[in-house]
Amino acid sequence: MSNGKITIYVDDVEVTTEAGKTIMEACDAVGIYIPRLCYHKDLVPAGHCRVCTVKVNGKPTNACTFPVQEGLVVENDTDELKEFRRHVIEMLFVEGNHVCPYCEKQGNCELQALAYRFGMLAPTYPYLYPKIEVDATHPDVYIDRNRCVLCGRCVRASRDLDGKSVFGFVGRGKGKRIAVNAEHSLSETQLQAADRAAEICPTGSIVVKRTGYRVPYGKRLYDKEPIGSDIEAKAKG
Amino acid sequence: MAKPKVATTHMAGCFGCHMSLLDIDERLVQLIELVDFDKSPIDDIKRFTGPVDVGIIEGGCSSQENYEVLKMFRKHCKVLVAVGECALTGGIPAMRNTVPLKECMEEAYLKGPSVVDGVIPNDPDIPLMLDKVYPVHEVVKIDYFIPGCPPPADAFWQVLTALLAGKEPVITYEALKYD
Ligand code: SF4
Ligand code: SF4
Ligand code: FES
Repeated sequence: MSNGKITIYVDDVEVTTEAGKTIMEACDAVGIYIPRLCYHKDLVPAGHCRVCTVKVNGKPTNACTFPVQEGLVVENDTDELKEFRRHVIEMLFVEGNHVCPYCEKQGNCELQALAYRFGMLAPTYPYLYPKIEVDATHPDVYIDRNRCVLCGRCVRASRDLDGKSVFGFVGRGKGKRIAVNAEHSLSETQLQAADRAAEICPTGSIVVKRTGYRVPYGKRLYDKEPIGSDIEAKAKG
Repeated sequence: MAKPKVATTHMAGCFGCHMSLLDIDERLVQLIELVDFDKSPIDDIKRFTGPVDVGIIEGGCSSQENYEVLKMFRKHCKVLVAVGECALTGGIPAMRNTVPLKECMEEAYLKGPSVVDGVIPNDPDIPLMLDKVYPVHEVVKIDYFIPGCPPPADAFWQVLTALLAGKEPVITYEALKYD
Protein backbone atom coordinates (compact mmCIF):
# COMPACT_ATOMS: atom_id res chain seq x y z
CA MET A 1 0.00 0.00 0.00
CA SER A 2 1.18 3.48 -0.78
CA ASN A 3 1.33 4.90 2.77
CA GLY A 4 2.97 1.74 4.11
CA LYS A 5 -0.11 0.91 6.22
CA ILE A 6 -1.34 -2.65 6.23
CA THR A 7 -4.62 -4.04 7.52
CA ILE A 8 -4.94 -7.55 8.91
CA TYR A 9 -7.97 -9.19 10.56
CA VAL A 10 -7.45 -10.92 13.90
CA ASP A 11 -10.49 -12.87 15.14
CA ASP A 12 -12.57 -10.53 12.94
CA VAL A 13 -11.03 -7.39 14.45
CA GLU A 14 -9.40 -5.01 12.00
CA VAL A 15 -5.79 -4.30 12.98
CA THR A 16 -3.85 -1.55 11.24
CA THR A 17 -0.11 -1.96 11.21
CA GLU A 18 2.84 -1.43 8.92
CA ALA A 19 5.02 -3.50 6.63
CA GLY A 20 7.96 -5.21 8.28
CA LYS A 21 6.08 -6.10 11.49
CA THR A 22 5.27 -9.64 12.53
CA ILE A 23 1.72 -10.67 13.39
CA MET A 24 2.71 -10.72 17.06
CA GLU A 25 4.16 -7.20 16.98
CA ALA A 26 1.08 -5.89 15.18
CA CYS A 27 -1.20 -7.49 17.77
CA ASP A 28 0.89 -6.40 20.78
CA ALA A 29 0.65 -2.78 19.63
CA VAL A 30 -3.15 -2.81 19.75
CA GLY A 31 -3.57 -4.86 22.93
CA ILE A 32 -4.30 -8.29 21.45
CA TYR A 33 -2.30 -10.88 23.38
CA ILE A 34 -0.97 -13.92 21.57
CA PRO A 35 0.55 -16.36 24.09
CA ARG A 36 4.30 -16.89 23.65
CA LEU A 37 7.24 -18.52 25.41
CA CYS A 38 10.43 -18.40 23.33
CA TYR A 39 9.76 -14.87 22.11
CA HIS A 40 11.37 -11.96 23.95
CA LYS A 41 11.07 -8.36 22.82
CA ASP A 42 14.85 -7.78 22.95
CA LEU A 43 15.72 -10.86 20.89
CA VAL A 44 15.35 -11.89 17.27
CA PRO A 45 12.34 -14.22 17.13
CA ALA A 46 13.28 -17.86 16.62
CA GLY A 47 10.01 -19.77 16.37
CA HIS A 48 11.02 -22.65 18.66
CA CYS A 49 8.13 -23.22 21.05
CA ARG A 50 4.95 -23.01 18.91
CA VAL A 51 2.99 -21.58 21.83
CA CYS A 52 2.21 -18.56 19.61
CA THR A 53 0.57 -20.71 16.94
CA VAL A 54 -2.24 -18.85 15.18
CA LYS A 55 -4.04 -19.76 11.97
CA VAL A 56 -3.20 -17.55 9.02
CA ASN A 57 -5.69 -17.93 6.20
CA GLY A 58 -6.55 -21.27 7.82
CA LYS A 59 -2.98 -22.56 8.18
CA PRO A 60 -1.18 -23.01 11.56
CA THR A 61 1.69 -20.51 11.72
CA ASN A 62 4.04 -18.95 14.30
CA ALA A 63 2.78 -15.44 15.04
CA CYS A 64 6.22 -14.40 16.35
CA THR A 65 7.98 -14.91 13.02
CA PHE A 66 5.29 -14.39 10.36
CA PRO A 67 5.42 -10.97 8.63
CA VAL A 68 2.16 -9.12 8.13
CA GLN A 69 0.71 -8.79 4.64
CA GLU A 70 -2.30 -6.85 3.47
CA GLY A 71 -5.57 -8.61 4.20
CA LEU A 72 -4.26 -11.55 6.28
CA VAL A 73 -7.02 -13.36 8.14
CA VAL A 74 -5.70 -14.51 11.53
CA GLU A 75 -7.38 -16.75 14.09
CA ASN A 76 -5.97 -16.37 17.60
CA ASP A 77 -8.29 -16.70 20.58
CA THR A 78 -10.28 -19.73 19.39
CA ASP A 79 -11.12 -22.81 21.44
CA GLU A 80 -9.15 -24.98 19.03
CA LEU A 81 -5.96 -22.92 19.30
CA LYS A 82 -6.28 -22.49 23.05
CA GLU A 83 -6.52 -26.24 23.42
CA PHE A 84 -3.56 -26.79 21.09
CA ARG A 85 -1.44 -24.35 23.11
CA ARG A 86 -2.41 -25.98 26.39
CA HIS A 87 -1.24 -29.32 25.04
CA VAL A 88 2.12 -27.81 24.06
CA ILE A 89 2.48 -26.49 27.61
CA GLU A 90 1.42 -29.82 29.12
CA MET A 91 4.08 -31.62 27.12
CA LEU A 92 6.74 -29.26 28.41
CA PHE A 93 5.68 -30.08 31.97
CA VAL A 94 5.81 -33.86 31.58
CA GLU A 95 9.05 -33.85 29.56
CA GLY A 96 11.05 -32.15 32.29
CA ASN A 97 10.96 -32.27 36.07
CA HIS A 98 8.96 -29.26 37.16
CA VAL A 99 8.57 -29.28 40.91
CA CYS A 100 7.02 -25.83 41.27
CA PRO A 101 6.73 -26.01 45.09
CA TYR A 102 10.48 -25.55 45.57
CA CYS A 103 11.48 -23.85 42.32
CA GLU A 104 13.16 -20.44 42.64
CA LYS A 105 11.17 -19.18 39.66
CA GLN A 106 7.75 -19.98 41.14
CA GLY A 107 5.27 -17.14 40.75
CA ASN A 108 7.52 -15.42 38.21
CA CYS A 109 7.82 -18.26 35.72
CA GLU A 110 6.39 -17.82 32.23
CA LEU A 111 5.79 -21.55 31.76
CA GLN A 112 3.85 -21.78 35.00
CA ALA A 113 1.96 -18.58 34.17
CA LEU A 114 0.95 -19.89 30.75
CA ALA A 115 -0.34 -23.08 32.35
CA TYR A 116 -2.39 -20.97 34.78
CA ARG A 117 -3.72 -18.87 31.94
CA PHE A 118 -4.78 -21.98 30.04
CA GLY A 119 -6.34 -23.43 33.20
CA MET A 120 -4.12 -26.52 33.34
CA LEU A 121 -4.91 -28.51 36.48
CA ALA A 122 -2.92 -31.68 35.82
CA PRO A 123 -1.27 -32.61 32.52
CA THR A 124 -3.15 -35.26 30.56
CA TYR A 125 0.11 -36.90 29.43
CA PRO A 126 2.11 -39.32 31.58
CA TYR A 127 5.13 -37.86 33.36
CA LEU A 128 8.48 -39.00 31.97
CA TYR A 129 10.70 -38.16 34.99
CA PRO A 130 13.94 -37.94 32.99
CA LYS A 131 17.22 -38.04 34.89
CA ILE A 132 18.98 -34.69 34.41
CA GLU A 133 21.97 -33.27 36.29
CA VAL A 134 22.15 -29.75 37.70
CA ASP A 135 25.23 -27.65 36.94
CA ALA A 136 25.87 -25.43 39.96
CA THR A 137 29.63 -25.04 39.44
CA HIS A 138 29.49 -21.34 38.62
CA PRO A 139 29.76 -19.12 41.73
CA ASP A 140 26.81 -16.87 40.80
CA VAL A 141 24.56 -18.66 38.32
CA TYR A 142 23.30 -22.22 37.99
CA ILE A 143 21.64 -24.13 35.18
CA ASP A 144 19.05 -26.74 36.10
CA ARG A 145 18.01 -28.34 32.82
CA ASN A 146 15.19 -30.21 34.58
CA ARG A 147 13.31 -26.97 33.97
CA CYS A 148 14.65 -26.10 30.51
CA VAL A 149 12.03 -25.77 27.77
CA LEU A 150 14.59 -25.34 24.96
CA CYS A 151 13.31 -21.89 24.08
CA GLY A 152 16.80 -20.77 23.09
CA ARG A 153 16.47 -17.35 24.73
CA CYS A 154 19.76 -17.85 26.58
CA VAL A 155 21.45 -18.81 23.31
CA ARG A 156 20.25 -15.68 21.51
CA ALA A 157 20.85 -13.37 24.47
CA SER A 158 24.38 -14.57 25.08
CA ARG A 159 25.29 -14.36 21.40
CA ASP A 160 23.48 -11.17 20.37
CA LEU A 161 23.21 -9.09 23.54
CA ASP A 162 26.25 -10.19 25.59
CA GLY A 163 28.53 -11.04 22.64
CA LYS A 164 29.73 -14.21 24.38
CA SER A 165 27.92 -17.27 23.01
CA VAL A 166 28.04 -19.10 26.33
CA PHE A 167 25.04 -21.29 25.44
CA GLY A 168 24.17 -23.37 22.40
CA PHE A 169 21.91 -26.22 21.33
CA VAL A 170 23.32 -29.74 20.92
CA GLY A 171 21.61 -32.95 19.80
CA ARG A 172 18.29 -33.38 18.06
CA GLY A 173 14.73 -34.40 18.83
CA LYS A 174 14.37 -36.01 22.23
CA GLY A 175 18.12 -35.69 22.85
CA LYS A 176 18.23 -31.94 22.21
CA ARG A 177 19.64 -29.93 25.08
CA ILE A 178 21.34 -26.68 26.01
CA ALA A 179 25.11 -27.00 26.21
CA VAL A 180 27.62 -24.56 27.63
CA ASN A 181 30.61 -23.42 25.65
CA ALA A 182 33.25 -25.08 27.82
CA GLU A 183 34.97 -28.41 28.34
CA HIS A 184 32.87 -29.39 31.35
CA SER A 185 30.71 -26.85 33.09
CA LEU A 186 29.30 -23.36 33.47
CA SER A 187 32.14 -22.26 35.79
CA GLU A 188 34.58 -22.42 32.88
CA THR A 189 32.61 -19.98 30.72
CA GLN A 190 32.70 -16.18 30.66
CA LEU A 191 29.14 -15.97 31.96
CA GLN A 192 28.56 -13.30 34.60
CA ALA A 193 25.52 -12.76 36.80
CA ALA A 194 24.94 -9.32 35.22
CA ASP A 195 24.70 -10.80 31.70
CA ARG A 196 21.36 -10.69 29.92
CA ALA A 197 21.67 -14.44 29.33
CA ALA A 198 21.61 -14.99 33.10
CA GLU A 199 18.23 -13.30 33.59
CA ILE A 200 16.35 -13.94 30.36
CA CYS A 201 15.33 -17.56 30.95
CA PRO A 202 11.51 -17.77 31.11
CA THR A 203 11.69 -20.69 33.55
CA GLY A 204 13.81 -21.67 36.54
CA SER A 205 16.46 -23.29 34.35
CA ILE A 206 19.05 -20.50 34.44
CA VAL A 207 18.88 -18.68 37.74
CA VAL A 208 21.16 -16.16 39.42
CA LYS A 209 22.07 -17.64 42.79
CA ARG A 210 20.85 -16.07 46.03
CA THR A 211 17.95 -14.28 44.32
CA GLY A 212 15.19 -16.88 44.73
CA TYR A 213 12.10 -16.57 46.94
CA ARG A 214 12.72 -12.84 47.52
CA VAL A 215 9.18 -11.78 46.68
CA PRO A 216 6.54 -13.22 49.02
CA TYR A 217 3.66 -15.40 47.88
CA GLY A 218 0.81 -13.19 46.76
CA LYS A 219 3.10 -10.42 45.46
CA ARG A 220 4.91 -12.29 42.69
CA LEU A 221 4.61 -11.37 39.01
CA TYR A 222 1.74 -13.68 38.10
CA ASP A 223 -0.01 -14.10 41.46
CA LYS A 224 -2.90 -11.75 40.75
CA GLU A 225 -3.05 -11.15 37.00
CA PRO A 226 -2.58 -13.69 34.20
CA ILE A 227 0.42 -13.44 31.91
CA GLY A 228 -0.44 -11.18 28.98
CA SER A 229 -2.56 -8.82 31.08
CA ASP A 230 -0.07 -6.01 30.49
CA ILE A 231 -0.55 -6.31 26.74
CA GLU A 232 -4.32 -6.63 27.00
CA ALA A 233 -4.43 -3.52 29.20
CA LYS A 234 -3.40 -1.48 26.14
CA ALA A 235 -6.69 -2.33 24.44
CA LYS A 236 -8.71 -1.25 27.47
CA GLY A 237 -6.51 1.81 28.15
CA MET B 1 -32.40 -36.13 53.70
CA ALA B 2 -29.03 -37.56 54.69
CA LYS B 3 -26.10 -35.25 54.23
CA PRO B 4 -23.58 -36.01 51.46
CA LYS B 5 -20.56 -37.96 52.67
CA VAL B 6 -16.94 -36.98 52.22
CA ALA B 7 -13.95 -39.28 52.72
CA THR B 8 -10.30 -38.20 52.65
CA THR B 9 -6.98 -39.99 52.60
CA HIS B 10 -3.33 -39.18 52.78
CA MET B 11 -0.66 -41.09 50.81
CA ALA B 12 2.85 -39.98 49.76
CA GLY B 13 2.54 -36.36 50.85
CA CYS B 14 3.10 -34.26 53.96
CA PHE B 15 -0.45 -33.75 55.32
CA GLY B 16 -0.18 -30.10 54.26
CA CYS B 17 -3.21 -30.44 52.00
CA HIS B 18 -5.33 -31.67 54.90
CA MET B 19 -4.04 -28.74 56.96
CA SER B 20 -5.05 -26.38 54.16
CA LEU B 21 -8.54 -27.91 54.10
CA LEU B 22 -8.80 -27.07 57.80
CA ASP B 23 -7.53 -23.59 56.95
CA ILE B 24 -10.94 -22.64 55.52
CA ASP B 25 -11.38 -21.29 59.08
CA GLU B 26 -14.93 -20.52 60.21
CA ARG B 27 -16.25 -21.96 56.95
CA LEU B 28 -15.42 -25.32 58.57
CA VAL B 29 -18.57 -24.93 60.63
CA GLN B 30 -20.54 -24.44 57.43
CA LEU B 31 -18.85 -27.46 55.87
CA ILE B 32 -19.70 -29.67 58.83
CA GLU B 33 -23.33 -28.60 58.42
CA LEU B 34 -23.21 -29.48 54.74
CA VAL B 35 -21.49 -32.88 54.90
CA ASP B 36 -20.67 -35.86 57.06
CA PHE B 37 -17.11 -37.14 57.10
CA ASP B 38 -16.64 -40.84 56.51
CA LYS B 39 -13.25 -42.59 56.37
CA SER B 40 -10.69 -39.84 56.98
CA PRO B 41 -7.70 -38.97 59.15
CA ILE B 42 -9.76 -35.94 60.26
CA ASP B 43 -12.20 -38.08 62.28
CA ASP B 44 -9.98 -41.17 62.40
CA ILE B 45 -12.66 -43.40 60.85
CA LYS B 46 -10.56 -46.25 59.42
CA ARG B 47 -13.06 -48.04 57.18
CA PHE B 48 -15.73 -46.90 54.75
CA THR B 49 -19.15 -47.13 56.39
CA GLY B 50 -20.93 -47.19 53.01
CA PRO B 51 -20.97 -45.36 49.68
CA VAL B 52 -19.40 -41.91 49.76
CA ASP B 53 -20.18 -38.91 47.56
CA VAL B 54 -16.82 -37.17 47.40
CA GLY B 55 -13.40 -38.76 47.99
CA ILE B 56 -10.40 -36.49 48.48
CA ILE B 57 -6.91 -37.84 47.81
CA GLU B 58 -3.74 -36.19 49.07
CA GLY B 59 -0.32 -37.52 48.07
CA GLY B 60 1.15 -39.59 45.27
CA CYS B 61 0.96 -43.36 44.85
CA SER B 62 4.25 -44.63 46.19
CA SER B 63 3.58 -48.04 47.74
CA GLN B 64 1.48 -51.14 47.39
CA GLU B 65 -0.71 -49.90 50.23
CA ASN B 66 -1.27 -46.53 48.50
CA TYR B 67 -2.32 -48.45 45.40
CA GLU B 68 -4.87 -50.48 47.36
CA VAL B 69 -6.26 -47.40 49.12
CA LEU B 70 -6.65 -45.65 45.77
CA LYS B 71 -8.54 -48.59 44.28
CA MET B 72 -10.73 -48.71 47.38
CA PHE B 73 -11.51 -44.99 47.15
CA ARG B 74 -12.41 -45.36 43.50
CA LYS B 75 -14.73 -48.21 44.36
CA HIS B 76 -16.54 -46.48 47.24
CA CYS B 77 -16.63 -42.83 46.09
CA LYS B 78 -18.88 -41.41 43.39
CA VAL B 79 -16.50 -38.55 42.69
CA LEU B 80 -12.75 -38.51 43.30
CA VAL B 81 -10.84 -35.26 43.77
CA ALA B 82 -7.03 -35.29 43.69
CA VAL B 83 -5.54 -32.46 45.74
CA GLY B 84 -2.04 -31.02 45.89
CA GLU B 85 1.13 -31.31 43.83
CA CYS B 86 2.11 -34.76 45.15
CA ALA B 87 -1.19 -36.30 44.04
CA LEU B 88 -1.18 -34.42 40.75
CA THR B 89 2.48 -34.66 39.73
CA GLY B 90 4.23 -36.94 42.24
CA GLY B 91 5.69 -33.79 43.81
CA ILE B 92 8.62 -33.88 46.21
CA PRO B 93 8.42 -37.67 46.84
CA ALA B 94 8.73 -38.19 43.07
CA MET B 95 12.26 -36.81 43.23
CA ARG B 96 13.18 -40.44 43.77
CA ASN B 97 11.74 -41.32 40.37
CA THR B 98 14.97 -40.57 38.54
CA VAL B 99 16.90 -42.98 40.77
CA PRO B 100 16.31 -46.75 40.55
CA LEU B 101 14.44 -48.08 43.61
CA LYS B 102 17.31 -50.37 44.62
CA GLU B 103 19.74 -47.45 44.74
CA CYS B 104 17.24 -45.40 46.80
CA MET B 105 16.86 -48.19 49.36
CA GLU B 106 20.60 -48.79 49.56
CA GLU B 107 21.28 -45.11 50.06
CA ALA B 108 18.64 -44.81 52.79
CA TYR B 109 19.31 -48.04 54.70
CA LEU B 110 22.85 -49.21 53.88
CA LYS B 111 25.16 -46.49 52.58
CA GLY B 112 23.77 -43.30 54.12
CA PRO B 113 26.31 -41.30 56.17
CA SER B 114 24.47 -41.88 59.47
CA VAL B 115 23.68 -45.58 58.92
CA VAL B 116 25.23 -48.07 61.36
CA ASP B 117 24.79 -51.80 60.66
CA GLY B 118 22.10 -51.00 58.12
CA VAL B 119 19.57 -53.43 56.77
CA ILE B 120 16.85 -52.92 54.18
CA PRO B 121 13.55 -53.42 56.03
CA ASN B 122 11.62 -56.46 54.90
CA ASP B 123 8.77 -56.87 57.36
CA PRO B 124 5.39 -58.06 56.02
CA ASP B 125 3.76 -55.16 57.91
CA ILE B 126 5.70 -52.57 55.94
CA PRO B 127 4.10 -51.78 52.54
CA LEU B 128 6.28 -52.56 49.55
CA MET B 129 7.55 -49.54 47.65
CA LEU B 130 6.55 -49.19 44.00
CA ASP B 131 9.25 -48.65 41.36
CA LYS B 132 8.37 -44.96 41.41
CA VAL B 133 5.85 -42.47 42.76
CA TYR B 134 2.85 -42.16 40.42
CA PRO B 135 0.48 -39.22 40.08
CA VAL B 136 -2.85 -40.66 41.21
CA HIS B 137 -4.60 -40.05 37.89
CA GLU B 138 -2.08 -42.41 36.29
CA VAL B 139 -3.45 -45.15 38.58
CA VAL B 140 -7.23 -44.59 38.83
CA LYS B 141 -9.67 -42.28 37.09
CA ILE B 142 -9.80 -38.90 38.86
CA ASP B 143 -12.77 -36.61 38.28
CA TYR B 144 -11.47 -33.27 39.57
CA PHE B 145 -8.11 -31.74 40.45
CA ILE B 146 -7.10 -29.06 42.92
CA PRO B 147 -3.44 -28.09 42.38
CA GLY B 148 -1.24 -26.27 44.89
CA CYS B 149 1.39 -27.00 47.52
CA PRO B 150 -0.83 -26.96 49.43
CA PRO B 151 -3.91 -25.85 47.51
CA PRO B 152 -5.14 -22.52 48.90
CA ALA B 153 -8.07 -22.91 51.32
CA ASP B 154 -10.17 -20.93 48.83
CA ALA B 155 -9.53 -23.50 46.12
CA PHE B 156 -10.80 -26.25 48.42
CA TRP B 157 -13.84 -24.19 49.27
CA GLN B 158 -14.63 -23.31 45.65
CA VAL B 159 -14.43 -26.91 44.46
CA LEU B 160 -16.19 -28.54 47.41
CA THR B 161 -19.12 -26.12 47.53
CA ALA B 162 -19.60 -26.41 43.75
CA LEU B 163 -19.58 -30.21 43.89
CA LEU B 164 -22.00 -30.28 46.81
CA ALA B 165 -24.32 -27.93 44.93
CA GLY B 166 -24.14 -30.20 41.87
CA LYS B 167 -22.27 -27.59 39.82
CA GLU B 168 -19.12 -27.83 37.70
CA PRO B 169 -16.24 -26.55 39.90
CA VAL B 170 -14.19 -23.61 38.68
CA ILE B 171 -11.03 -22.47 40.50
CA THR B 172 -10.55 -18.71 40.24
CA TYR B 173 -7.25 -17.38 38.84
CA GLU B 174 -5.82 -16.30 42.19
CA ALA B 175 -6.62 -19.64 43.83
CA LEU B 176 -5.03 -21.68 41.02
CA LYS B 177 -1.42 -22.32 42.10
CA TYR B 178 1.16 -25.06 41.71
CA ASP B 179 3.28 -23.82 44.63
S1 SF4 C 1 10.45 -23.61 35.92
FE1 SF4 C 1 8.37 -22.82 36.22
S2 SF4 C 1 7.04 -24.53 35.73
FE2 SF4 C 1 9.09 -25.36 36.07
S3 SF4 C 1 9.18 -25.90 38.24
FE3 SF4 C 1 9.93 -23.79 38.08
S4 SF4 C 1 8.10 -22.52 38.44
FE4 SF4 C 1 7.37 -24.58 37.95
S1 SF4 D 1 17.96 -22.59 29.75
FE1 SF4 D 1 16.17 -21.26 29.89
S2 SF4 D 1 16.50 -19.71 28.29
FE2 SF4 D 1 17.87 -21.41 27.85
S3 SF4 D 1 16.73 -22.72 26.42
FE3 SF4 D 1 16.37 -23.52 28.48
S4 SF4 D 1 14.49 -22.54 29.15
FE4 SF4 D 1 15.24 -21.36 27.40
S1 FES E 1 6.80 -17.52 20.74
FE1 FES E 1 6.53 -17.98 18.66
S2 FES E 1 7.34 -19.98 18.46
FE2 FES E 1 7.76 -19.45 20.54
